[in-house]
Amino acid sequence: MPEISMRVNGTDRTVRVENRTLLVHALRDGLRLTGTHVGCDTSQCGACTIHVDGAPVKACSMLAVEADGAEVETIEGQAMSDGSLNTIQQAFQDHHGLQCGFCTPGMVMATAALLRENPKPGDAEIRHALKGNICRCTGYQGIVNAILAASGQPVPAAMDSEPAPVAAE
Amino acid sequence: MYDFDFANPATLDEAVAALGRGDAQALAGGQTYLPALRQRLAAPDTIVSLKRVEGLSDIEATVDTLRIGAMATHARIARETADRFPALSRLAGNIGDMAVRSRGTLGGSLANNDPSACYPAMALATGATIHTNARDIAAEDFFRGMFETALDDGEIITAVTVPVAQAAHYEKFVQRASRFALVGVFAARYPDGARVAVTGASSGGVFRWTEAEERLSDRFEASALDGLTIAPDDMIEDLHATKPYRAHLVSVMTRRAVEHA
Repeated sequence: MPEISMRVNGTDRTVRVENRTLLVHALRDGLRLTGTHVGCDTSQCGACTIHVDGAPVKACSMLAVEADGAEVETIEGQAMSDGSLNTIQQAFQDHHGLQCGFCTPGMVMATAALLRENPKPGDAEIRHALKGNICRCTGYQGIVNAILAASGQPVPAAMDSEPAPVAAE
Repeated sequence: MYDFDFANPATLDEAVAALGRGDAQALAGGQTYLPALRQRLAAPDTIVSLKRVEGLSDIEATVDTLRIGAMATHARIARETADRFPALSRLAGNIGDMAVRSRGTLGGSLANNDPSACYPAMALATGATIHTNARDIAAEDFFRGMFETALDDGEIITAVTVPVAQAAHYEKFVQRASRFALVGVFAARYPDGARVAVTGASSGGVFRWTEAEERLSDRFEASALDGLTIAPDDMIEDLHATKPYRAHLVSVMTRRAVEHA
């Protein structure tokens, strides 16, 4: 079986894989980095989003052998060195950007990729960037708010009032 | 997914040689092919990665064309053609999602010729030339119906030369689950006339809508299309849209493409 070498979250790692091993399985099963989640079998959910050489990719849609020599960042590398949450993670917590949390590693990695390219994204840019990340709990507004907060932008007030009455016919 | 041998050539010659040995398949960005492998829709003996092959992802501009390496990713094309050919940049920046755009490539998309992919419409509407390791193929001759192209077994797309239009726009009605085009229309104006290519609609794959081109060549305005419709007979019909609905979308997307060009 081929052995591949990657720099994962700043540390050189090697792992034995089959040619057919997906990068996500090399990370989860080979390196025990189980923060990168597998949420579907069709490359559509984005829960396995990581960074390869600085770009967001779905770890389920890349062969591990293609990552030989690559710089890989996963959710495990996001927290601060003392273990506290980084700005993006803290904003997700503060703004209810997660409920069950399954999609969150992918959301956080997609956000990190977005903010690297565009430090102050608008609402539409955020939603465009998250098109490939599916959340089945939050309805996305909390996630958008978290990303606005993480990028130092004002967060719209919560809908704390009664919904507007439906106009009579 | 069944296992396979993996070749990782550094040169085009090595890649061509590797593809010539048995049941081998070239791998570009893999954003369509890897899901297909996982579903066992394909099971080659050998996969030949084109990622390391030198010189396949450069983007070069001449006076009136862009020559784009086959392995240029959607993200890179979106970034690097924004000034020169905004319609192409926008098309690339709206393919799939952010992660797909990091990996997926122009050459991979053209070689796959998905009937709902975006780039085939661009290639046909711009009159692009597809360069391979063996020859140059006009877009007109390249697309041969759903998932079929003029490529021979083992032939590798190396680059695509795209004539830059005077005005152009690609309008896509997104199929929200797949993020492919339910119908997409690329309309472009050139000194010698207008070209209109439609993806996502026909069971024969991408096609030029010549009736629309004739009208737009006289006058490149949406109103020139007034009253023009397309017959639904050859349209794709699936759970997302009926034939008449797709035919209607062709007209609407064409108008919008011209309005935004």
